[in-house]
Amino acid sequence: MNTESRMNPDTSRAPVSQKPQVVNARADENAVGAQVRVSIDGQEIKVPLGTTILDAAKRLGVHIPTLCHHADLCSAGLCRVCVVEVEGQRALQASCAYPITSPLTIKTHTRKVRNARRHIVDLMLSEHVGECYTCSRSNNCELQSLAKEMGVVNFRFGQRTERRHQTDTSSHSVVRNMDKCVLCRRCVRTCIDLQEVGVLEACHRGSETTIETFRDKPLGEVVCINCGQCINRCPTGALRANDPTEEIWRHIDNPGKHVVIQTAPAPRAAIGECFGCAPGTPMTFEMNSALRLCGFDKVFDTNFTADLTILEEGTELLLRLHRALVQGDREAALPQFTSCSPGWVKYLEHFYPDYIPNLSSAKSPQQMFGAVIKTYYAQLHELDPKDIVTVALMPCSAKKFECNRPEMVDSGFKDVDYGLTTRELAQMFKEAGIDLPNLPHSDFDDPFGSATGSGVIFGATGGVMEAALRTVIEVVCGVQVENLFDHADIIPVRGFDGIRYVELPIREVGPVIPMFKHLVGDWDWLKGATLKVAVAHGTANAKKVMDDIKAGGRFSECHFIEFMGCPGGCIGGGGQPIPTSPEIRAARAKAIYGEDRSYKIRKSHENPAVLELYEKFLKEGPCGHLSHKLLHTHYTARGAFMA
Amino acid sequence: MSLKDHSSILFRESRPDEGLRKAVGMKRVDIITAVRESGLKGRGGAGFPTGVKWNFAALAQDTVKYVVCNADEGEPGTFKDRVLLSEKADLVLEGMAIAGRAIGAREGIIYLRGEYDFMRRHLEQVIASREAAHLLGESILGLDGFDFTVRVHMGAGAYVCGEETALIESLEGHRGEPRNRPPFPVNTGYLGHPTCVNNVETLALAARVIALGAEAFAKVGPASSTGTKLFSVSGDCARPGVYEFPMGISIEDLLREVGGEEAKAVQVGGASGTCVPRKAFTRRLAFDDASTGGSIIVFGPGRDMLRVARNFMEFFDEESCGQCTPCRSGNRVLLEGIGKLEQGCCSLSHLQELQALGETMQLASKCGLGQSSPNAFLSIVEHFKDEILARQGA
Ligand SMILES: Cc1cc2nc3c(=O)[nH]c(=O)nc-3n(C[C@H](O)[C@H](O)[C@H](O)COP(=O)(O)O)c2cc1C
Ligand code: SF4
Repeated sequence: MNTESRMNPDTSRAPVSQKPQVVNARADENAVGAQVRVSIDGQEIKVPLGTTILDAAKRLGVHIPTLCHHADLCSAGLCRVCVVEVEGQRALQASCAYPITSPLTIKTHTRKVRNARRHIVDLMLSEHVGECYTCSRSNNCELQSLAKEMGVVNFRFGQRTERRHQTDTSSHSVVRNMDKCVLCRRCVRTCIDLQEVGVLEACHRGSETTIETFRDKPLGEVVCINCGQCINRCPTGALRANDPTEEIWRHIDNPGKHVVIQTAPAPRAAIGECFGCAPGTPMTFEMNSALRLCGFDKVFDTNFTADLTILEEGTELLLRLHRALVQGDREAALPQFTSCSPGWVKYLEHFYPDYIPNLSSAKSPQQMFGAVIKTYYAQLHELDPKDIVTVALMPCSAKKFECNRPEMVDSGFKDVDYGLTTRELAQMFKEAGIDLPNLPHSDFDDPFGSATGSGVIFGATGGVMEAALRTVIEVVCGVQVENLFDHADIIPVRGFDGIRYVELPIREVGPVIPMFKHLVGDWDWLKGATLKVAVAHGTANAKKVMDDIKAGGRFSECHFIEFMGCPGGCIGGGGQPIPTSPEIRAARAKAIYGEDRSYKIRKSHENPAVLELYEKFLKEGPCGHLSHKLLHTHYTARGAFMA
Repeated sequence: MSLKDHSSILFRESRPDEGLRKAVGMKRVDIITAVRESGLKGRGGAGFPTGVKWNFAALAQDTVKYVVCNADEGEPGTFKDRVLLSEKADLVLEGMAIAGRAIGAREGIIYLRGEYDFMRRHLEQVIASREAAHLLGESILGLDGFDFTVRVHMGAGAYVCGEETALIESLEGHRGEPRNRPPFPVNTGYLGHPTCVNNVETLALAARVIALGAEAFAKVGPASSTGTKLFSVSGDCARPGVYEFPMGISIEDLLREVGGEEAKAVQVGGASGTCVPRKAFTRRLAFDDASTGGSIIVFGPGRDMLRVARNFMEFFDEESCGQCTPCRSGNRVLLEGIGKLEQGCCSLSHLQELQALGETMQLASKCGLGQSSPNAFLSIVEHFKDEILARQGA
């Protein structure tokens, strides 16, 4: 994987101290001087000019401990755990931040180095309120591991026990406990550099240094988009998601409650990691069994409403295009933006509120499902919706915020009661003694059944676009996607490049299928048109696209753009197992696309359960009256300025 | 402000702008060669050879470069740049213009310590009058293409912003925190452009080097440390003030000049320097012996050295930028250790732990602040161990 896609090299807002300080490697690795010799602990290797000592050591299989370093972030070189001895230099050097530009001789575990590392970890422990027993990150904590690795057996410089900060629980998504912060600033770099949001910053100096929000406001009151990327990169328990498991257990234990859970595609590709499986080990059907063992009354597949989203959102797009191209309506807001990522939605509400009309009004699959469960499903099973508890298993921390948005009550009740993250569910399984990887398989429950491959790929960046294109191509062109793309795999929109742009000429149009008869008479107006679409993941990339649109660049000519708040899309969501890295996300994506391939039905508009929902319940087809009431929503212009 | 004139280079009477006039007639490489051959080393504390630094900046490929005059003067006990800027601003600006010509920069910035706000008007007036006299601005002294402007940028009171990369962050409007090096400012500095950061005194001396010639300059002081140096002398002495002495003067000799013969110790180099006890007063003030950016603090016989150490550690505990672990947290731990020593409850083994920690801070901190912050503590513990441990168990 190329490194560019994961970093944000030309970010404009990050201070230089938080930007990658790279010495550019020569393009031609074979050119004279493009390679430098380095000797590490007696082993020699040649590396491209500008390689960091840490990377060179990795190539040799030499382990150097790190803490503030993270594969997704520019190096900061500030925790100093990774120091090494460079021959000829008095001071030790941070290997993560030292680019090799001349031949070096390096030693990674001399007495000086070992002493220094041990001291540094001792110092970190002295400023960290270490309550390992009660910490959500116990056994998954980098500080804990470092202490073990360094052989720490006592608190040489003391241990902090008194609390200096109040835990900030103001956000629906992210809980901050700064007493556990060791000031590695991975969250700061994540927020400003990776995500270009910039909510967190180091404040004060010396031993008073803390990580704060703007004027130290509660996280729930600042421009935080709830993406939880900072949680995924926090080495300790200073940041965690707002955990609803206690309440969910209480509902499960209450016989008067009918507790249903919908599960999004990304968690199943990742939850195995919490049970020692390799990243990308699919757990879909084991998880269904586990959820039943836990006591959930029904287990549904969010992919059902992902397919529904494609139909609603795709129809909305066709209607906007019709307004713009046929009716000449200049107000038709194009390009249309996807709206299924609540992190992205809040980002837009804060930073580009003028573009709210461009957001698809279709709810996210999570919220559609909540509304359908508390109406259609309740009627079908003669349940009182007030006794139904809907839980959504999501890879995402922003989904917790989304389900608490005040407008998300179209069923007459809170449509989705709880957003539960992959990590939290893994914890529930553990508490219940459920050995997930070794459970028998079982299927999803009716009436929503198994969905299509299109629903599954929502979990990876480009997936929504691919699913939408599969449907739009077939509906409009009247041909099988397979005729245009082998196995219906629309490769150009896949991958991890931060921004992808694709053009699809519409050469032929077909007849209007019955589902759309009430909306358009024919597709002739699209014949010869070229559909321009784009995909961006991570809000830093979203920002680039938005700025280009504002400036009237090529993305302003697009018809449809998929935006995901998190790098990698949902598989890299803020609720996914920790750690995360480009390699881990790639493995999860592979599982997602593998699952897509295994489905017989791979296109949303062929999902029989969805068709049945339109026929029996929604009646009028996509974007009809009841659809609008239950499946569509509106947004809030928030702006970026806080009082 | 008292200024005692001795074999002076900076404060001797001289024709104004002699260096700049000569520089206009010289090739750029010859200016750099002269500075290198003079042996001039940076007066900001680190003692990096100025000619070498200028050469790096001159070689860096970029159409935009900067000269920054580091007037943050934050080291406790230093006030010589203040005197230089108020009394010899012309000489400093002359040095900046010469540096600009040497490295190919068209813009200079004076980063002025926040507390020196009162000097800002004066400096801007000097800049304006030099512009009017074609000593700054476009086509300086009629030389086509020799353009150089200077502006003043105020610091805001952080000691760490005297560290050159933190200074650059601050200039860019960010939190003042040191950057990783490499890359160095001479390659990637202010706004990503090659930037030559020099101390006030260094720049003034560079102007004198060009005026007097490298040889004349190099004759003063020992080979390792040529030229004169301004010393800010304070503490228990009869005649505190700013002095210009040849480099290499012994502490003894200096104390005699300032009326501090009784001293029990001298802090050389400010809070980040080392504490030299009486028995070592024969040591010389030079880059290869007792090195200082100018701060000399004299401690009379009655001083409590533990209080001295506490004073310095409190300074670092507050002034660490808070970025890296050894400095941020290490300074706090050392300060707590001093508290234990004061209360007489610091065991010898804990004291040894603290000394070992100090060594780690010197080795593993990210910038010069953390690397030098334990110096005072370590040297005081080393030289005044009996005094310090006298309280234990008492
Ligand atoms: C914590 C810290 C504070 C510093 N403060 C100053 C200062 O106030 N003035 C100064 O000229 N150099 C200061 N320096 C040194 C500068 O980083 C830099 O080396 C110097 O400005 C270079 O100029 P020179 O080569 O002319 O000495 C400081 C260094 C550190 C680490
Ligand atoms: S040594 Fe101190 S001042 Fe320097 S970067 Fe580290 S914390 Fe900041």
